Amino acid sequence: MSAQPALIAVAAPGIADLLLEFGLVLFVLGILGGLSRRVGVSPVPLYLLAGLILGEGGVVGLDASTGFLRVGAELGLILLLLTLGLEFSADEFASVLRRHIPSGVLDFVLNATPGAVAGWLLLDSWVGALVMAGVTWVSSSGIVARVVHDLGRLANRETPAVLGVLVLEDVVMAAYLPLVAVVVAGGSAAAVVIAVSASVTAVLVVLLGSHYFGERIGTRLTDAEDEQVLLRVLGITLVVAGLTTLLDASAAVGAFVVGLALTGQAAARSRALLSPLRDLFAAVFFVSFGLSVDPSTLPPVLLAASLLAVITLVTKVLTGWYAAGRDGAGPRGRMRAGLVLAARGEFAVVIAGLAVAAGYEDAGPLTAAYVLILAVASPILARFADWFAIPFLPKPVAA
Amino acid sequence: MDVVETLLPGVGRRYEFELEDRQRLCIVSTRDDHYIVSTFDRDDPDVGRTLFELEEEEAITMAEILGAPRIAVKLADLSREIPGLASEQVEISAGSRFDGKSLGDTQLRTRTGSSVVALVRDDRVLASPEPGQDLVGGDVLVVIGTSEGIAKARAILEAQ
Repeated sequence: MSAQPALIAVAAPGIADLLLEFGLVLFVLGILGGLSRRVGVSPVPLYLLAGLILGEGGVVGLDASTGFLRVGAELGLILLLLTLGLEFSADEFASVLRRHIPSGVLDFVLNATPGAVAGWLLLDSWVGALVMAGVTWVSSSGIVARVVHDLGRLANRETPAVLGVLVLEDVVMAAYLPLVAVVVAGGSAAAVVIAVSASVTAVLVVLLGSHYFGERIGTRLTDAEDEQVLLRVLGITLVVAGLTTLLDASAAVGAFVVGLALTGQAAARSRALLSPLRDLFAAVFFVSFGLSVDPSTLPPVLLAASLLAVITLVTKVLTGWYAAGRDGAGPRGRMRAGLVLAARGEFAVVIAGLAVAAGYEDAGPLTAAYVLILAVASPILARFADWFAIPFLPKPVAA
Repeated sequence: MDVVETLLPGVGRRYEFELEDRQRLCIVSTRDDHYIVSTFDRDDPDVGRTLFELEEEEAITMAEILGAPRIAVKLADLSREIPGLASEQVEISAGSRFDGKSLGDTQLRTRTGSSVVALVRDDRVLASPEPGQDLVGGDVLVVIGTSEGIAKARAILEAQ
């Protein structure tokens, strides 16, 4: 009898600790996710909270699995952006461009400005201003789409405007994210211009290409069993994300571009196959951001974050009010559009995550507190939007 | 009738039109082939009030009852889901050599490998017609097969 090498015994040291910790994290997230669904709140803020509690300076203090979580978070970011790209087609983008360019411009001016001012004052640098401008500018596509769906508002008149604003923000992120990635890394002006123009060109080429050849490329790629489609799409995405990282342009943009390139049936299949994976690693991503923030740094920024949240809640309501008005919605529809758009979530965390990773750690607590407030408040307020619109209703005419 | 179609990015499409009695009807078709049919609230005309929702099969059944054109679209979708399979509509022109012959006379399956899965006459749809089915000028055949097979079938059916 030859001695079989005992596979289990040669497992890397510390693997047991890692499994225990990671399992514990996932289990806690599963429970929190269930809770959040029951009360109708997005799980994103709860995941952040879990990260704060579990991390350094928190109640538990994970350490064995942090390296693994860091890789998991990177995968989560890539999958978030990939699935976001899969959501859109060139046609949808074109139709939004035709109707809602002014809404997009107003959205940027109203919502990026308060963040930029806050970043300048609190983080004391123009890099901080750039980062916080993005944090307050971009609504959470995930939360907003979910709330619109859950409240049964898909057929409402204001909904195309709401989704239109989200599309514009998400596509502009393809230029903004590489900008932030290069700037926080201390890149030169030339490097910024190269990174931004390269990714904008990539997005435009892919949007045009997918409009004309998307169906063919997609069919070639997804003409196979589920398992192979999953591996192919994920493989290509990671390679492209890796290449964009080599170019200092943030892996997220590469993943987004791959998602944009797939349309129609190919996109539908990829979405279905990737969404469980996305749910897993996106949760890890949010937890990991929470882990990177020391809870003791939160109380000092709480006041500032609340103030910023209130201001940018109002500016988002104005944005939604204007955008829905363009589509002919009345005061209540316009208020619903504004309040639902006020949710900030994954993109704020993505942007702040880039800054924190590059050493701008002050952006972490401020963004965490800010997202915690608006990701919870906006869906709740959106539910009662009609009530907030009462002052704007035309007075009933006396008979 | 004026149907206003709006794209709902990430969701699907939204169709809105006015009925005879000035009520407005809205149909949202999601990308996973779920249909939400709603009217609008009397008090707030921007709020859709769901009348009923349909899954893909139910929507197909309803469309079959309401009208034929929907079916051809669905068949096209079906063929997109199966790699290598295509579907096309071929018209039997008046005075074609099959005008008045039976479907079996075309020998499409033997000669091209493709099948006729439906026959659209006026606004009626005959699903899976028998070989004995007679053909009349103006009939539209929905043919399913490989692209080459369909091209051959088209050549046979359209030859004078």
